[in-house]
Amino acid sequence: MSQGLSSFNPQQPKTAAMGERMAEVKGRSLWADARKRFVQNKAAMASVVILVLILLFAFFGHYLTPYDNETIDWNVLGNVKTEGKPSLANQHYFGFDDSGRDLFSRVVQGTQISLMVGLVGALIAVLVGTVYGAVAGYVGGRVDSAMMRFVDIAMSIPYMFVLILLLVVFGRSIVMLFVGIGLTAWLDMSRIVRGQTLSIKNKEFIEAAVATGVPTFTIIRRHIVPNLLGVVAVYATLLVPQMILTESFISFLGLGVQEPLTSWGALISEGVSTMNYGTLWQLFFPLGFFVVSIFAFFFIGDGLRDALDPKDR
Amino acid sequence: MLSFIIRRMAVAIPTLLVLLVASFYLMQFAPGGPFTSERPLPPQVLENIEAKYGLNEPTWKQLVNYVGGIVTEFDFGPSYKYKDRSVNDIIAQGFPVTLTYGTISFLFAIVIGGALGIAAAIRQNSWLDYFAVGITIGAQVLPNFVMAPILILIFSLWLGWLPGGGWNGGQWNHVIMPVIALSTSYMASIARLTRSSMLEVLRSNFIRTARAKGLPERTIIWRHALKPSILPVVSYLGPAFVGMVTGSFIIDSIFSTGGIGYFYVNAAFNRDYAVMMGLTILLGSMTIMFNMVVDILYAWIDPKIRL
Repeated sequence: MSQGLSSFNPQQPKTAAMGERMAEVKGRSLWADARKRFVQNKAAMASVVILVLILLFAFFGHYLTPYDNETIDWNVLGNVKTEGKPSLANQHYFGFDDSGRDLFSRVVQGTQISLMVGLVGALIAVLVGTVYGAVAGYVGGRVDSAMMRFVDIAMSIPYMFVLILLLVVFGRSIVMLFVGIGLTAWLDMSRIVRGQTLSIKNKEFIEAAVATGVPTFTIIRRHIVPNLLGVVAVYATLLVPQMILTESFISFLGLGVQEPLTSWGALISEGVSTMNYGTLWQLFFPLGFFVVSIFAFFFIGDGLRDALDPKDR
Repeated sequence: MLSFIIRRMAVAIPTLLVLLVASFYLMQFAPGGPFTSERPLPPQVLENIEAKYGLNEPTWKQLVNYVGGIVTEFDFGPSYKYKDRSVNDIIAQGFPVTLTYGTISFLFAIVIGGALGIAAAIRQNSWLDYFAVGITIGAQVLPNFVMAPILILIFSLWLGWLPGGGWNGGQWNHVIMPVIALSTSYMASIARLTRSSMLEVLRSNFIRTARAKGLPERTIIWRHALKPSILPVVSYLGPAFVGMVTGSFIIDSIFSTGGIGYFYVNAAFNRDYAVMMGLTILLGSMTIMFNMVVDILYAWIDPKIRL
């Protein structure tokens, strides 16, 4: 986690003698160690591969099928159960949905939205939470307690209600979904970052920076935030699946993304409502993508945490 | 202790106010009033209706009236969509259902999750432990809206053992699946928490002392290890409660159990703002109160927290 260690560069020795010593004992930076530990974690590595495949699927999936996600096949509509089965022969790999649309391209589209919500939500949380927590932790005193009291209050508001209220009042749209999720996602992050900042604040290199007259916000930007990156990275990977879960929850209720756009939650919801008709592929394909991706994100988060936890060293 | 309670309330009360005022003013932003429909009402009629519901008064006065109604008479106002039904009627109809399966789920999650976690910790690295860890990992990716359809698929459609929905006055076979769907992921979290804290406690010095003086294992676990190891679970009760309240939206819409969640989601679709606001305030303040009680409880139980 320490920037000081990773900038220690064995490739640029000061003197020849030092250079020889360096060559013997190769420096192990924390990041190199962490990378090694992460690569040895089989579950995490497998999850990385799976996630890359799912990302490729989201980006390039629509090149694999001649059908788009909106065209309705009128021949299938009404007898999806018999005509709409998944088949490689007619290139409807995942079959049809209940309105006679190609499920494969719907799943591609839903994957795009779900991943986007997860990543953007986590990104907002990282940006806002890091800045907020670092400022509160570093400045301290009254500012800190006021800022953290605000977080306490915001966190104890049951945010699912607020999210649904926002979506109902300002219309159900993907933008509103981002706003609603972004409003609350950063709160946890800011607490974690603040705690970490408090412990970094008392280190000697911060004292040195203060003594040499570096302005406060430069200290936060140049010295505090880079040292927070480890914690933030771990927590951000664990946030992505949470964001996806929230979005799926909302879309499952039908309050999230609207037709013709879709997401995993909305697709699962459709699958559930048609379960009784025996068209189970409508449930299983989105469910499979959802479960596998959430699993993968959790494993990567756990792997990162284990890898970056210096206690293990 | 008292100062802690006061400090905790100093967070809870502003939170309640923020929730109240924010949801009230959010509703004022909503495009279209509660009585805008496809066929516009004559202005005179509209005026009369608005006067009836007190909508012609300034916003702050409406807010005061509304809050006053809740505090003094527990009156959450009328539904604007169904003229013959007030928010109180909806609460009276849906709340018992939600409370029934919610309470059972809550207890189920705590008891089964706690027992599983403790058992796994005591027999670490046994098949039971692996089973518990497997469940806790699996349940992370099985939120209620995934769990519920899978249960219906297996137990209603394939095996035909349980009815796929409805409430039927809370008959046992209608309650089983909602409870399992709602509680599984929380049960898993509680199991994981108790397992890890139990493991930590079992490695601590005072347990070693207890072993050294030759106490039977049973006494060590029940008398010494149990209390400190369920502490983290207490702090998890708040989030679990919130999750179950919002989870009831899913349960009610998948199992048609007719609880509060059904009305909430329905109101969200119909833009029945009055119902949404009433239910938000009711459920929201319940959540805030519950969290406060849990925090105070935690501070009371945990000797390490200095007040």
